[in-house]
Amino acid sequence: MATEMDKVDVVIVGSGWAGGIVAAELSKEGYRVVGLERGKDQKMEDFIGAKDELRYSSRHGMFQDLTKETITTRNTENEDALPIRSNSTNSINGTDTGGSGVHWDGATYRWWPYDFEAYSKTVEQYGEDKIPEGMTLQDWGITYNELEPYYDKFEKTAGVSGEEDPLRPGRSDEYPNPPMRGSQVTSLFKQAANELNYHPYHMPSANMSQQYENPDGETINACVYCSFCGMYGCDFGAKADPIVTVLSTAQKTGNYELRNNAYVTRVLHNEDKATGVLYVDTQTGEEYEQPADLVVLAGFTFANTRLLLLSEIGEPYNPDTGDGVIGKNLTGHFGFYGVSGFFNDKKFNLYAGAGALGATLSDFTVEQLDHNELDFLHGFEPRVVQSGSTPIGSNGVPGDTPTWGEEFKEKSLYYTNRNFGINIQVGNLPWAHNYMDLDPNYTDFIGDPLLRITCSFSDQDRNIARYSVEKSKEIMEQMGADIIEGSEITDETEFNETTLTSHTAGGAIMGDDPQTSAVNNYSQMWDMENLFVVGASSFSTFSSSNPTGTVGAVAYRAAEGMIKFLKEDGGILVEKN
Amino acid sequence: MSNNKDSQKDNTTSNEIGKEHGITRRKFIKNTGMIVGGVAGGSLLGGMLTNNFQAETTNSPVYEEETSTFTEARMFFTRYEDFVVLMQATERIFPEDDNGPGAIDLGVPYFIDKQLAGSWGINGSDYRKGPFPGSEPSVDTSTQTRGEIFINGLRKMNQLSHKQFGASFDDVEKNQQIDILMHFENDEVDMKGVAASDFFSLLRQMTLEGAYADPLYGGNKNMEGWKMKEFPGAVHSYEDIIENDEFIKMDPISLEDYQQG
Repeated sequence: MATEMDKVDVVIVGSGWAGGIVAAELSKEGYRVVGLERGKDQKMEDFIGAKDELRYSSRHGMFQDLTKETITTRNTENEDALPIRSNSTNSINGTDTGGSGVHWDGATYRWWPYDFEAYSKTVEQYGEDKIPEGMTLQDWGITYNELEPYYDKFEKTAGVSGEEDPLRPGRSDEYPNPPMRGSQVTSLFKQAANELNYHPYHMPSANMSQQYENPDGETINACVYCSFCGMYGCDFGAKADPIVTVLSTAQKTGNYELRNNAYVTRVLHNEDKATGVLYVDTQTGEEYEQPADLVVLAGFTFANTRLLLLSEIGEPYNPDTGDGVIGKNLTGHFGFYGVSGFFNDKKFNLYAGAGALGATLSDFTVEQLDHNELDFLHGFEPRVVQSGSTPIGSNGVPGDTPTWGEEFKEKSLYYTNRNFGINIQVGNLPWAHNYMDLDPNYTDFIGDPLLRITCSFSDQDRNIARYSVEKSKEIMEQMGADIIEGSEITDETEFNETTLTSHTAGGAIMGDDPQTSAVNNYSQMWDMENLFVVGASSFSTFSSSNPTGTVGAVAYRAAEGMIKFLKEDGGILVEKN
Repeated sequence: MSNNKDSQKDNTTSNEIGKEHGITRRKFIKNTGMIVGGVAGGSLLGGMLTNNFQAETTNSPVYEEETSTFTEARMFFTRYEDFVVLMQATERIFPEDDNGPGAIDLGVPYFIDKQLAGSWGINGSDYRKGPFPGSEPSVDTSTQTRGEIFINGLRKMNQLSHKQFGASFDDVEKNQQIDILMHFENDEVDMKGVAASDFFSLLRQMTLEGAYADPLYGGNKNMEGWKMKEFPGAVHSYEDIIENDEFIKMDPISLEDYQQG
């Protein structure tokens, strides 16, 4: 029998950006909030002196504990899925206090107006026929303009250091901090892009360009470009993460309690009302029930979707009929493509850097490209990122060089500070055959089914990847690289467990119609009004820009909805379409 | 291995100057109450310490401290014959050359031994529930632990060496060793339960890790790997050089220097 805890106003599953934002906003309003985090307790002190490439970059020391739970993957419905067994092939899943928000790079973008109305805008511009069969484009039931104030709020919480992108829609306010310093690499990229008549700009970054106090009164230190950033907790409290911002704000109210090692197994419900959650203390094996008036799922895409399926809330998606919603529209940045440039007579200080120190351009994004002439929808963003290269991970040699032995050693040492890449992020759109459900063969440490990913690439995915590599090669050539190599995308290039990244979304998607979406634009479940499912799980489509800015914006919007719900005594907050 | 001692001597760092004179950086920092990782740290402090030691060496009290390390004994490999295969294989992957030491002098074989003795070697943070479907499993999906895969792989190397060249792997010529390794790389060897090429990429990966991980793990001896790669290590801040157009070479700093309580 589970031990029943005292009832609280709100219980939140997860303590990353989504859970942290909701925790801060609700506890500030005076509600009693309990947060449940499956991973261990961690704080800034844990990251001091953590400049250890083997532990964090090679062994993925901050990723989730796979001994307890993982996911399974396969390409098609006819195959048995296999579990991701090791963190060397696992996608970047956060765990422990602050979630992935602690070991992220800090790239904080807004998404394009198109992204929120992907279906309508495609039809409007190109006609219904442009949407290939099987592509399940949907609108989010909210527009960019409606979401803009929440983007602004998140950028101020996270102290984003940015330079305005000349091609993005207007902002209601400036970035709270000036852009980060440049490097020889970012300057070279900008110069080349300008020569090609593109519109380069500095990547928006949650690594602070100066010391900053956010509107909640939290101080984030100035970044010192120490290079141990993405995959690491920040040594200096100089990267906006949930620990130094929203979780700290929530703790200060006295209304927020975070319980670690609390592995949530079910959302408890009584017909159409959530009554609380069931969780296991992973250090004792004991089971607890936490009753609450409002239940918030704010785990990652995988955790949110899995908990809905395990709790039998909402109708599971059926890929054969297209009916049902839970598990639908699995999207993300499936594989990062890139172009490498080797310079024979230039040497760069590549060992220095910060997670989101970079330069990029929006000339190939969905709203800039004319898709009449192209065999794909959406777009891509090429960029150089000087995140600080580390020696185990940086052994690039030109393609005809052996990967070990005398010649490899000679050339890998020679090119260590003479090569860098243009990374490309492609907007992967949703397809009927890409979805999540429960795996029939594999279980977690307490015997519950794992989440199963079914995903395969479409010609569109390969076409846009090829095009993006070609265009990025032209930029690298303009930058003056002596040897240029790009990702090879063949007809056989296919999704696999290693192409799954921390940029994965869907499963409990947002929309204006309960028949085709799980939540409304306040992240409130259509089928259960006191259950909110917050995070990238609600993204109906995906973009070419990084997702965290949108996670933040959607979470602020959701928190506003929750407060409205609690104050106004319930009800669905958005009229059903 | 005797070469190794020489290279240690030739590359005496400022840190070792301190040790020779009976005072480690750790003690120095504790004595002066400085804290690394706060406002003053890594590179800044490194420079201060170096200057201090250079200025004070003649007058400092001298305690003869034992500087030997006691970490080069086998923790995982029980058979020396397996370990010598590992030594030779890693040296072929990352050989000594004009740039500097190879895998053996960098301590790579002991690094791998320690890794396999710990949680990495027993897949301690992996999902290990069945079923394991068996067809072409990789290192990550095998029922075998990484430690078992290494032992099987190294013994297979030795067997192949006897079969092809009539001698054990560590007794055949360099190019014969390379030939055997290429058989693994190209999947021309049958290994039980795992693809030979997959074992080879694990071996290659761990060799590079041993050459370049922080010395605290037993490889990258004297930070010689980092010196060859011109990697400065755990430097506190690059704020002053990030915008610089000239390449800047600096003496590396290890976590032993950086990470103080």
